[in-house]
Amino acid sequence: MSLLRISDLRVSYPGPSGPVEVLHGLDLDVEAGARVALVGESGSGKSVAARAILRLDTDAALAGSIRLSGTELTGLPAKRLRAVRGSGAGLVFQDPLAALNPVRTIGWQIMQPLVIRGVRRSEARRRGIELLGRLGVRDAGHRFDDYPHEFSGGMRQRAVIAIAVIAEPKLLIADEPTTALDVRVQAQVLELLSGLADERHMAVLLITHDLGIVASFAESVVVLRHGRVVERGLTDDIYYRPAHPYTRGLLGAVPRIDADPSVRLATVPPGTAAADAGPGDDPGQPEMPGEKQNETESP
Amino acid sequence: MSEPLLSVTGLVKSYPGQRARSVDEVSFTIGRGEVLGLVGESGSGKSTTARCVAALVRPDSGSVLLDGQEVTRARGRELRALRARMQMVFQDPYSSLNPRMTVEALVGEGLIVQRIECTASARRSRVIELLELVGLSADHLGRYPRSFSGGQRQRIAIARALAVSPELLICDEPVSSLDVSMQAQVLNLFRDLRERLGLSMLFIAHDLAVVRYICDRVAVMEHGRIVELGHRDQVYAAPVHPYTRALLDAVPLPDPRAERARRAAQSA
Repeated sequence: MSLLRISDLRVSYPGPSGPVEVLHGLDLDVEAGARVALVGESGSGKSVAARAILRLDTDAALAGSIRLSGTELTGLPAKRLRAVRGSGAGLVFQDPLAALNPVRTIGWQIMQPLVIRGVRRSEARRRGIELLGRLGVRDAGHRFDDYPHEFSGGMRQRAVIAIAVIAEPKLLIADEPTTALDVRVQAQVLELLSGLADERHMAVLLITHDLGIVASFAESVVVLRHGRVVERGLTDDIYYRPAHPYTRGLLGAVPRIDADPSVRLATVPPGTAAADAGPGDDPGQPEMPGEKQNETESP
Repeated sequence: MSEPLLSVTGLVKSYPGQRARSVDEVSFTIGRGEVLGLVGESGSGKSTTARCVAALVRPDSGSVLLDGQEVTRARGRELRALRARMQMVFQDPYSSLNPRMTVEALVGEGLIVQRIECTASARRSRVIELLELVGLSADHLGRYPRSFSGGQRQRIAIARALAVSPELLICDEPVSSLDVSMQAQVLNLFRDLRERLGLSMLFIAHDLAVVRYICDRVAVMEHGRIVELGHRDQVYAAPVHPYTRALLDAVPLPDPRAERARRAAQSA
């Protein structure tokens, strides 16, 4: 049995003329301890899917099924859903400053998931400091009572990860966890996430537009465009044998530090946007007259 | 070698309340038709450097010569004349374009300020030319920024910068807020423009792979100082400074096998 099984998930948000569907039937499985990347550009619906799993948007209408450890989450009463958040699945967002409460100490926020589950404060504090230290915050015991503004961007993201994983969830959903970080900090944070996932046999659903970080992190990849899956497969297959022109375009569009810089970057073939788009879908990017669409063959 | 177009010497800028200088004795040149990449992490001083060069911020000391003319002391008419020769493209095309102005007004503003095209009809045809140059068209003239995607907005910002026919384009993270496919399109546009117009550029980015795609030479900044400056192939293939090496080692490759090999090498 999969740890997370999403079947035919459809998500709509209220629009000026009735509900607008933005995710059109997503199927996604994450096995226990697995690392899956959900890859797409803005507007692909990847964050919508992440938010839908823990029902973070109260105005989103969900259809289909989301099962976590066998429990159906769609239609679950709010009270029972709260128990799932934190111990069933933890969540890390892109912007650590927005995710942290500015008037509470880092330590208070890390302890919360344990405290509300009845763990003694002294025990919660001990485990919080230990975890923060494990996540590479030096002198964690002293930094534990700092406020978010006293932490650097990379340190804040470590704190957010600590909050997400302290209640030992079986699944971590990481939505662009390193996009706001400098390249060296990004590498460190990914390394830490990776180590932590291994130690705890925690599954990770990584949501990102960055094919660079996916290559070293995920075992399998799902490519999303305009609310639909265009391709899925093992990471090596997606990178070395992409079947869909959109995936090929996406891979060829990334400037590489090890590629010949005189080779022109690929652009995503324009025709496929309309082909992928369903009824009532956003028409995507309007045409770009004069744009050269010299698609080069695979990276 | 002929005189460089831009020559920056001993640039220093500090802000009140900060102990360290934001920009600390920075010097570099940009030749005619050359693209210099400037990379560094957040807080390294690369944006402040760009703003000093563009005369948006006055440095504490140092000199910025554009074609032999001092930028840092220029005022009034002299400064306006200099601004026709160097233009800036900013990171965020959402906040850099006035939402109440049409594309025609946005792109044509520089033509009025610099008194380049004084009649509305001449201005319009020049604006259409510029829009076509960046991959947009006359159909977009009457539209507002809100109806464009991030990538298209950045094209509008580029057309706006090019309107006054500058020799130097100062680009501060011009693609870092764009999706990969948009980013590739805008990077290709910069390449085409450079070829067609013979533009010189100061191209700032935190993404080392992006800078490598676009520049001839690259400068690496850390704590307000340039720690390494050299030709692209030399810096990327054989970095001398440990900071440059650390940055390059951290760049993720969109290539699972190469990443596995790197990991194995690092743990060995």
